[in-house]
Amino acid sequence: MNSKAIIVENLTKIFNGFTAVDGISFEVEKGEIFGFLGANGAGKTTAMKMLCGLSMPTSGSAMVAGFDVYKENESIKKNIGYMSQKFSLYEDLTIKENIRFYAGIYGIRPELITSKTTLLLEQLTLEKEANLLVKQLPLGWKQKLAFSVAIFHDPQIVFLDEPTGGVDPITRRDFWNMIYDAAAKGITVFVTTHYMDEAEYCDRVSIMVDGQIDALDTPGNLKSSFQAGSMDEVFLQIARKAKRSE
Amino acid sequence: MSPLAYILQKEFKQIFRDPAIIRVIFILPIIQLILLPMAADYEIKNINIAIVDRDHSPSSNRLIHTITSSNYFRLVAYSSHFNQAMQNIDNDRADLILELPSGFESELYAQKETRVFLAVNAINGVKANLGATYLRSIVQNFNNDFRISVLTPGRFNDLPVIETTSSNWYNPRMNYTFFMVPGILVLLITMIGLNLSAINIVREKEIGTIEQINVTPIRKTHFILGKLIPFWILGLVVITIGFAVAWLVYGIIPLGSYLTIYLFAAIYLLAILGLGLLISTYAENQQQAMLISFFLLMIFILMGGLYTSIDSMPEWAQWVTRFNPVAYFIEVMRRVVLKGSGLADIRQPILIMLGFAIVINYWAVLSYRKRS
Repeated sequence: MNSKAIIVENLTKIFNGFTAVDGISFEVEKGEIFGFLGANGAGKTTAMKMLCGLSMPTSGSAMVAGFDVYKENESIKKNIGYMSQKFSLYEDLTIKENIRFYAGIYGIRPELITSKTTLLLEQLTLEKEANLLVKQLPLGWKQKLAFSVAIFHDPQIVFLDEPTGGVDPITRRDFWNMIYDAAAKGITVFVTTHYMDEAEYCDRVSIMVDGQIDALDTPGNLKSSFQAGSMDEVFLQIARKAKRSE
Repeated sequence: MSPLAYILQKEFKQIFRDPAIIRVIFILPIIQLILLPMAADYEIKNINIAIVDRDHSPSSNRLIHTITSSNYFRLVAYSSHFNQAMQNIDNDRADLILELPSGFESELYAQKETRVFLAVNAINGVKANLGATYLRSIVQNFNNDFRISVLTPGRFNDLPVIETTSSNWYNPRMNYTFFMVPGILVLLITMIGLNLSAINIVREKEIGTIEQINVTPIRKTHFILGKLIPFWILGLVVITIGFAVAWLVYGIIPLGSYLTIYLFAAIYLLAILGLGLLISTYAENQQQAMLISFFLLMIFILMGGLYTSIDSMPEWAQWVTRFNPVAYFIEVMRRVVLKGSGLADIRQPILIMLGFAIVINYWAVLSYRKRS
């Protein structure tokens, strides 16, 4: 096995003549925290959906967790976790029921579900809320829960689409601690964000502009090559070139 | 535990937490089964009649009395002028005018025959038609009575009369509830089944949870079965409630076996729910799904043979009804409930329905795409 979690070559998605993702190529190492940045409408979510097997690429190739996105997308799904931009756990189920349901469809053994659920609720300090309906939780907790559910089946890679959107700074810090914990367990993290301080936490960062990747490097290297003091400045310099708007 | 078990567990929890669904399943059928058959009464009563009596004789009086005492007619106007009666039709207060000419009685005795005039307000076609038929038979009876009482037996024998007597098999008293209630029950489970399943997957699309499902290795068949089975069970529960109401309120107990009906219903529900899920996989949002299922329901119901007989439809329409699952179930329901048909008698509709169920559900699984 090679050490790459994701290998993407010339991946393209065209919707009715509109090129949302325009021939992107990159590689993500195993265990890496890979920041996938870009302005709204740059094509981040579309690219991510192709890698998760939710969207069929128009052309190009991609291997995720060692599987081909065209032919082996169901095998990919066994090995990845995904947290969408829109909160998508069941609001009319309790915390425990949501965990149980997703664990169940990933085929985790019932005894293991029970023991892992207890452990997880302890970690999240949600033992008392375990039987509350998810709709009763504040957004920050919902996001933490969604992330925990996304990695409950110990995937090789987890895809996070703007996981901290609309969340307060303290919860954001907690959330990134959870991401670090996941990475420490060997899970590759593929994350999109609009917060440039979060970009600094990534091992490597790519910046997408108009469907293409314009820059890809460690935050440190990016800052020095753009002679910028922060990732914020780097992002502004690159994203200003964008011709298309939302 | 198979993933399917987890999906079923989740679906049942969601159904029982949704008060709207519970209401639809338990209260709606009871109300509909009690209200609809009363409204969908084919017997027409209270036909408003205006009578123009130019004769004012004992015979004309007797005829008028027979008409008004028949329970079907309500005398709204009695005059000697046709124009006055016509006014009642013009302002919709009368449905029929019966005109008895002057000399009605004398002609009847002298010439052994006379004519009466009947005008019908055909704005409400069904009422007018039935009213005219009822009235004709009343006049006919009056006629026969007159012959017997007045004409000499010798003359009477010269005029042979063929009289038709009919007996109504399978529903001897022509109790309309016996064929309406089982039919309405069919419509009811069709509406509930189709609507609930049609908005189900599409709701997950709207909330966004479908994306989280699609990114798991869930099998499409498991997903569709997970949606199908709970509604299938609920559908059978609704039928049971329906039969309970039919028995308690209308005293209807199928002549045939409940088992036969449940077997057919089980297959029928698979077809209807599959159709709902199929709509759900194609629709983008709940409005679209509702609109499509409403459109199909209209056709299913109007061409289902409950309100209008399929045999009297034009040939192309009869051909269309062969693709209407509702038509099969109504037919089967009537045959089992009224005629006591058994499994062997309804083998053909069972096989056809099984075919529908397989094709539709296979199509639903195919059209559900985890990747766009």
